Amino acid sequence: MSINLTLLIVMGVLYACGIYLVLERSLTRVLLGLMLLANATNILILSTGGYAGVAPFFTKETSPEAYSDPLPQALILTSIVISFAVTAFMLGMIYRTWVLARQDEIQDDLEDRRVAETPSFDAEDDAIVPLETSEFAVTTTGPTDQERAEATETPGSLPKKEGGST
Amino acid sequence: MNLANLSPLAVLLPILGAAVAFMLIRHHTAQRMVSIGVLSATLLLECLLLMSVWDGGTTSVTLGGWLPPWGVVLVVDQFSSLMLVVSTVVSLAVLIYATGQGMADGDQEAPVSIFHPTYLILVAGVSNAFLTGDLFNLYVGFEILLTASYVLMTLGGTGPRIRAGVTYVVVSVVSSVLFLVAIAMIYGATGTITMADLAVKLAELDQGTQNLLHVMLLVAFGIKAAVFPLSFWLPDSYPTAPAPVTAVFAGLLTKVGVYAMVRTETLLFPGDTLNVPLMVVALLTMIVGILGALAQSDIKRLLSFTLVSHIGYMVFGLAMSSVAGLGAAVFYVAHHITVQTSLFLVTGLIERRGGSSSMDRLGGLAKLSPLLALLFFIPAMNLAGIPPFSGFLGKLGLLQAGVELGTPLAIVLVVGGVVTSLLTLLAIARVWNRAFWRKPEDAEYPDPVLQTPGSVAVLPRTMVGSTAGLVVFGVALTVFAGPLFRVADGSAGNMLDRSAYIHSVLGDSVQVPPLPRTGDAK
Repeated sequence: MSINLTLLIVMGVLYACGIYLVLERSLTRVLLGLMLLANATNILILSTGGYAGVAPFFTKETSPEAYSDPLPQALILTSIVISFAVTAFMLGMIYRTWVLARQDEIQDDLEDRRVAETPSFDAEDDAIVPLETSEFAVTTTGPTDQERAEATETPGSLPKKEGGST
Repeated sequence: MNLANLSPLAVLLPILGAAVAFMLIRHHTAQRMVSIGVLSATLLLECLLLMSVWDGGTTSVTLGGWLPPWGVVLVVDQFSSLMLVVSTVVSLAVLIYATGQGMADGDQEAPVSIFHPTYLILVAGVSNAFLTGDLFNLYVGFEILLTASYVLMTLGGTGPRIRAGVTYVVVSVVSSVLFLVAIAMIYGATGTITMADLAVKLAELDQGTQNLLHVMLLVAFGIKAAVFPLSFWLPDSYPTAPAPVTAVFAGLLTKVGVYAMVRTETLLFPGDTLNVPLMVVALLTMIVGILGALAQSDIKRLLSFTLVSHIGYMVFGLAMSSVAGLGAAVFYVAHHITVQTSLFLVTGLIERRGGSSSMDRLGGLAKLSPLLALLFFIPAMNLAGIPPFSGFLGKLGLLQAGVELGTPLAIVLVVGGVVTSLLTLLAIARVWNRAFWRKPEDAEYPDPVLQTPGSVAVLPRTMVGSTAGLVVFGVALTVFAGPLFRVADGSAGNMLDRSAYIHSVLGDSVQVPPLPRTGDAK
């Protein structure tokens, strides 16, 4: 299998730019990065087909070595169509983000942030549960309840219910 | 006339159904009838396929008149047909559930007109991925199901869903690009992409090239299967989708990744070259996933983390490459698809009844809705692996296989599996204690719905019915565990032996290459 150096260099540049862009936080750049990655991959598939020859099944007399390998081209065609569809969908999503939030950035998952900022106490054992009503009186930690209530109040802005009251 | 010749219909029927459903976009009732009818017909067909290969045996269908190793083949064996049947049962239950939800809600939350065609295309993609015997066709199957899942994930286009959808789409596209690069390299190295032909030709490559291709495929599939450390995207993106969509994603999409990993490990790169890294990854997936679950207060997110964690069991079974381990993994996949989906469906019901899926807001559901509690309790215990249920049997099979293997790492994994199982029980028990058993007033921020006894939101009968059906199916996996395990072990034996698969596609004259062993590789 012969290798076309130009294709390889183009492919490498596309991959490099694509990976750089995918790591950006702006959605449009991520999309551009994904498109570059897809195209770099298409070139990779093309280069696996070897050198360019005549069209497959040209004439009866042409020797098999003179043909281009048709399979990579079929694969590329499929992957172009797929990346086209995905690109269109991504554009739609980016537009929707813009309409909703007026920004072109990947946003944080709020619930994830909240869990990450939760202090390192076990919600099950340390939550302020009124002791007398619980069937599972696991928290017999009366004196420390006050401290823990303070610990839980710091992260969230929502008002915290006092232990025992309804 | 071979029954397996009907197998293309498992892909074609849902696609045709999607087209018809799309044409009926303004006629909701007709659309529902079409999609449920089509999926039932597909299920019937797949049951026939499973019956035809129940006792073993592999058949392949050549498509488009191009003989293998050039054309695309579909291969029906025990593993693929078992996966087909289980996945379609689950999809049908979720479809009925979604229909019930759509009818009850007046379709504001989920625009039903888009939902049905997209859902059927998702099913077609899943069936294609399970059936195909061609690596590029597997990629196409993945893309069909992923593109459909992008649409379902962002259904309605609300802020959180778009945010989650962006992460999901970007990660999926990157994994698809990796998969495509791997295919291109494999084609460059061997000149074929038919999996049976690859099984013969990849063995002729030198070990370094083999390992590179092997790892690339595993990374691409690992992202889809959510194997740690490639699982970061799943708990962020799944919980925001509508309940039935999350349910079907949790049940099916990761398992398609696991299925592809199984095929890679058994058919393309047999032997034990990567078993040690796979086992380490399996252990980390189990432990990290379940620790993540313990930190959550939202039930959907908690379940997403247990989903990640339990993928570790399947990878563990796969990494043992013994008939017992792989058989248990196959059984575990079937069990987990059912159980995880039913749990997500129940969570959808909890959200309807209790107004939220956050454990800080829920309480007293066992008294308010005993049926709901029962529906949650059975699959929850099943997931945690409490004795009579199929989760226990699957885990027992895995642990037995691990002990049988007896290497120190396998023993560590057995211990890790038990610990994960216990921690799953802890996570599930927390949900049970907080959402079901305590009084509504005890919740941190009790939802007003729970405290006003008059305003009981009646759960739609279709939704409860389909969830109950799926729970019963999960219990049936326990009752019929004997025959099921026989099929799972049979399929594991077939997959490890490989000759049935290769001969069925390429003809009996092909020599099956011997399995490489670690000793030769180093």
